Amino acid sequence: MITKRIIPCLDVKDGRVVKGVNFLGLADVSSPVKLAEFYSRNGADELVFYDITASSDGRRLFTEILTEVASKIFIPLTVGGGINTLEDFDRVLKCGADKVSVNSGAIKNPSLIGEAAKKYGDQCVVLSADIKRVDGKFTLFAKGGRENTGIDAIEWIKRGAENGAGEIVVNSIDTDGVKNGFDLPMLEAVCSVVKVPVIASGGAGNIDHFKTLFHTLPAVDAGLAASIFHFGEVGIKDLKDELYKDGINVRR
Amino acid sequence: MIAIIDYGVGNLFSLSSSFKSIGADTVVTGDPEVIRKAEKLILPGVGAFRDAAEKLRATGLDKVILEETAKGKPLLGICLGMQMLFEKSYEYGEYEGLGLIPGSVVPMKRVVPDDLKVPHIGWNGLIFPKNKEKSKIFKYLNEGDHMYFVHSYYATDCKDFVSSETEYGAILTASAEKGNVYGVQFHPEKSGEKGLSILKAFCEI
Repeated sequence: MITKRIIPCLDVKDGRVVKGVNFLGLADVSSPVKLAEFYSRNGADELVFYDITASSDGRRLFTEILTEVASKIFIPLTVGGGINTLEDFDRVLKCGADKVSVNSGAIKNPSLIGEAAKKYGDQCVVLSADIKRVDGKFTLFAKGGRENTGIDAIEWIKRGAENGAGEIVVNSIDTDGVKNGFDLPMLEAVCSVVKVPVIASGGAGNIDHFKTLFHTLPAVDAGLAASIFHFGEVGIKDLKDELYKDGINVRR
Repeated sequence: MIAIIDYGVGNLFSLSSSFKSIGADTVVTGDPEVIRKAEKLILPGVGAFRDAAEKLRATGLDKVILEETAKGKPLLGICLGMQMLFEKSYEYGEYEGLGLIPGSVVPMKRVVPDDLKVPHIGWNGLIFPKNKEKSKIFKYLNEGDHMYFVHSYYATDCKDFVSSETEYGAILTASAEKGNVYGVQFHPEKSGEKGLSILKAFCEI
């Protein structure tokens, strides 16, 4: 059977990984290429790169770096950040990305998902959604979680999958950074409306949180995290060994 | 020199980078003369079968591949490139493949239970057939090693030629071979070190 995936996420700004990284033995801890190589060697099943630069210079630098990463890392790469048009899909796919993640770009132009899926295939289109409870309702946020769209997040994701998104990243703003575990009720609500793979993001603080995630919600396919991996609080190899011992199917 | 056959389907950047990383000398080419001179051939492919088969025929490269493999030149088909090695595909109709390996390509929905997602995307373990010598291209692998899959169709009616399978609610063909013609459904160029070891073993045939 297919394995549960563990995915480190790298936010890249002006050619450097932000959020700080703290690995022993890594000379250049904020080099996206070095960090990607480290994760790839240490059992990451996939890498996600988010371009958080706003300038065109930064964007050009990002695509250069992506090309270098893709020429050295031989696991699937997903790229997000600043994806607003089919040209943006084209730009990052040509650099060696395997999947493209859309977020605010799809909110601005909902037909982007369908058009990209037709052109590049469902498996290439990842819908990433930042979700927060507002008056007890799961609500979609845009612009990196800063702007309340007022859209029902579960309905939005359901429609996105129907339009051709091949995978959904659920990023809970409520649990993000809290390190108290993934947002299980939110993930359950998403899993109940889509059949495509669901990736949990936001809230992982330790190995037990991943165990709880995969045991409680077998429909979730992958766990994504950034800082706990970057700061070495959780090693991917250790995490996978523990998951394996706990009866969860992982690639080791 | 290994020729990665470029017939206008898909991005060959990862594939050529992966060969480069193991020190293999490759060229991405659609030139029949270069393909004829190469020692080994790679047939990549992503997308729909019909589109890819038509492009291969339109460029005349189908004939070049048939002639070169008939001489004993090793060929490795990857993903859709593997599916093209079979006689027929039933993806949105019925289309002829290269016919280098007996068998046909059919929708996985026929055998995969409804509660499982199609396409089959992700890392899945290889099962080697019993009472059969391990394929030369898997010489560095152990049973259970995980490979990265992305597909909705699979090869069937090719039992004698199956070199590995994988389990996804049903047993699916993961690779097949006949003589000097090899095919893998998964992406060795996206399957980490283990995946690269398959390319290395192919280079060493």
